Amino acid sequence: MRRTIHFTLNGEKVSTEIAAHQNLVEVLQQRFDLFGARESCAQGLCGCCTVLVEGTAVSGCLYLAAFVEGKAVVTVEHLADGGKLSPLQQAFLDCGATQCGFCTPGFVMMASQLLEQNPDPNEDEIRHYLSGNLCRCGAYPEIIAAVKLAASKARTART
Amino acid sequence: MATRKAPKMMESRQVGRSVLRLEGEAKVTGRAEYVHNIRLPGMLYGKIFRSTVAHGRITNLDVSAAQAVEGVHRVVTINDIRTIIPNPFYGPAFHDQPILASEKVHYVGEPVAVVLASDPHVADAAAQLIVADYEELPAVFDEVEAMTSRAIVHDVLKPAGTFPDLKHLQGKSNTNIALDFHLRRGDTEAGFAAADHVFEHTFRTQTVLHLPLEPFVSIGDATPGGLTIHTASQSPSFVRIEIARLLGWSENKVRVKVPHLGGGFGAKLYIKMEALVAALSLLVQRPVKISLTMEEQFYTLTKHATTFRIKSGVKDGRITARACDVYWNGGAYADIGPRITQKSGFTAPGPYDIENVSIDSYSLYTNLPPAGALRGFGIPQLVWAYESHTDMMARALKLDPIEFRRTNLLREGRPQATGTLMQDAAIETVLDRLALRTNWKAPFERGAGSVKRGRGVAMGFKASISPTTSIAIVNVAADGSVTLYCSTVDMGQGSDTANAQLVAEVLNIPAESVCVVHPDTDVTPYDMATLGSRSMYHMGNAVKLAAEDARNKIEALARELGLPEGSNVPVAELFQKKYKMQAGNIIGTGSYIPNYVPPDKDGLTPNATPFWMVGAAGAEVEVDTETGHVRVTKLVNIADVGRPINPRIVETQLSSAAVMQFGFTMQEKMEFDSGQVTNASLADYKIPSILDIPFVMHNEAVEAEQQSGPFGAKGVGESGTFAVSPAIANAIEDAVGVRLTSLPLTAEQVYRALCAARGEPLEE
Repeated sequence: MRRTIHFTLNGEKVSTEIAAHQNLVEVLQQRFDLFGARESCAQGLCGCCTVLVEGTAVSGCLYLAAFVEGKAVVTVEHLADGGKLSPLQQAFLDCGATQCGFCTPGFVMMASQLLEQNPDPNEDEIRHYLSGNLCRCGAYPEIIAAVKLAASKARTART
Repeated sequence: MATRKAPKMMESRQVGRSVLRLEGEAKVTGRAEYVHNIRLPGMLYGKIFRSTVAHGRITNLDVSAAQAVEGVHRVVTINDIRTIIPNPFYGPAFHDQPILASEKVHYVGEPVAVVLASDPHVADAAAQLIVADYEELPAVFDEVEAMTSRAIVHDVLKPAGTFPDLKHLQGKSNTNIALDFHLRRGDTEAGFAAADHVFEHTFRTQTVLHLPLEPFVSIGDATPGGLTIHTASQSPSFVRIEIARLLGWSENKVRVKVPHLGGGFGAKLYIKMEALVAALSLLVQRPVKISLTMEEQFYTLTKHATTFRIKSGVKDGRITARACDVYWNGGAYADIGPRITQKSGFTAPGPYDIENVSIDSYSLYTNLPPAGALRGFGIPQLVWAYESHTDMMARALKLDPIEFRRTNLLREGRPQATGTLMQDAAIETVLDRLALRTNWKAPFERGAGSVKRGRGVAMGFKASISPTTSIAIVNVAADGSVTLYCSTVDMGQGSDTANAQLVAEVLNIPAESVCVVHPDTDVTPYDMATLGSRSMYHMGNAVKLAAEDARNKIEALARELGLPEGSNVPVAELFQKKYKMQAGNIIGTGSYIPNYVPPDKDGLTPNATPFWMVGAAGAEVEVDTETGHVRVTKLVNIADVGRPINPRIVETQLSSAAVMQFGFTMQEKMEFDSGQVTNASLADYKIPSILDIPFVMHNEAVEAEQQSGPFGAKGVGESGTFAVSPAIANAIEDAVGVRLTSLPLTAEQVYRALCAARGEPLEE
């Protein structure tokens, strides 16, 4: 059963043919060559597949592609503006918060949403907000430091 | 007045600088290339049908229903594989693992058949229609039982022939022992007889999983007259040689390419699915990709469960004799288990100066998924036992645990059990810093009410796997820009960046300007593998030599052009002068293999390892006596790291190794029922999340000069794992007076021990 869906992908109106059983990660990879969201556990438990749908982070491995009809989807590839890293991406680099890099886009997406909702999170809030993302390399202390750094730089910029 | 280096000089130094990861930008933008990104024209997807019994003879395999599904290209069994590879058995130590099950299955989850289709969902659905019948055979799961069990996993042993200490096992039958390593130093029996106290304990570790977030993935691509394999592998050179051997081809017909790895930790070593995708692609003459699911990782490679019986004699506070019996649960195929049994086995007595030592270390086949190296190459299992044991002895003798260790420490220049000297490892400093960073001498708050507090320490050490070879090529282009070709796999440890720093230091250019070519066996030269913290040392030496060779050739070119010594003409101008335009290359090469002396019949050798690694940990815990729940409030990691090439990456390596071992200590365990893994998913097998890790972690790299290392460096990827588990168990006993002897240290285990200690044991 194939059908065509229309949605906004990283700010651009797009349409593509999908099968009913296909999840969002599969469609992003196969139809749009976007590999930043990636499937790992396939149970919505690791966060490697995190993308934003209508501004809210979802697990792309559990999200049927058919459900994005008419909606806006943002992936990690959209965060860097014209090749310039977002402040959070830069903070991940500066703090050594990426090792193998497989989980990194998921963490970056989730932490971006955190900073949007709470520009000045404390360590407890960071840990709780990011508890649905796993990093097997164990770069958690560096990830926490990166989120703090991005927040403090934004704070300095505001004042 | 203190002198300060001028900032400009500091900036010009490439080694010892926290250069940001070269590939960092590609990773934070989601654009880094992994094998999972790769799609080739006409590519088929393979889905594996797996065994449901732990040990059995295949009496019937019916693939007809799967073959009949619309969209299925082909269903493949071992009979098809044999048309391509007549003797389809592989492995680094034993040629024991079939590409698909042949006649028998040896564990639950073993690959039996593969369905190929253009749509992976079709392949998946069709694989479920395959039917296999088995005549079940007796199975053995426990490593100690495997020593004497009537259930024999393999009818005949088939050592690969690459390791001399396995040759005596050729053709042996009626045994599950895949390697028995023995070491005898002095006279342990006399030592025990003369001792004031003799202690004997048994410790166990559980089966755990590497669980890289990028599951195993490989693509085979048959090309006219050859074969390309794109694979998430830590050992591209080994894959090439082994595939060439299986096919009876020359090495240069097999090309192995490895982009970024989404984690490895020892899982992606040697051959995993590469032989399978190679055979499939040659069979159907199309590219074939197999991407395992998270669940399938649990059926592919695990970390050895172990049983370690350790016995020590102590006289006047000194350990005078130690006997070690270690049993390694290798699962159904040997993988690298026999090497772990020996190369790590010889460190089983710990980092102590002991006159009389015996070691008996056994690699055992069982009917569980195969076990291999996992971040530490067997060392964390050994340290768990000998450092729990050390603490129990200190406690019984009423000696301070740090002082007891200090008294017995294997100091610089003293022979380890093999006879090889402890050298260039800051072992005493590590212990001193451990005492300092844990505030060991300060009074310690013991907690109040039902929550008790305790603290513990532990330290371990490791030899490097020897002898192994690394080759590197440094290419200077006509504009003076530099490219490094080496087959070290950067799976997150930062080797690309560190190797670029070595090249940059020698050639006096910024590390950020060096291009590091990812492993591609048509392009990058041989490297044994990325494992065992060997790359910084072995490949580091090769890279440094290659860069020096290039520098020498640049200087020779300047001389050839008649330029005076030290004229410092830019490289680009040299090329311009020589070739009259922007043209040409200078190629520097370097190869490195350390000296090594194989052990004699008593397991003794004056040169067992080119360098030693030392790692120590200190833990503070809170134990809730009403629930058994343990909270690690502080974890201190100290390791000797030689001279850090990139201090930030070194620190993250220490920290993240400790986080990984923390999971193996507190929560992770593969559960089995008749050989079937019953928690094969992230829902049931919990790895540490950001909420689980200790709130305070202190990591400290103790600098030392590894004289034979590149700019004094040594490996650091594993040192943070060594001592975490016993440090926490020792802290738990310190808090509540109960001793746990098997991992993981769950609330249930602690609570049961507390109940048993007050004479009210719970039912199982």
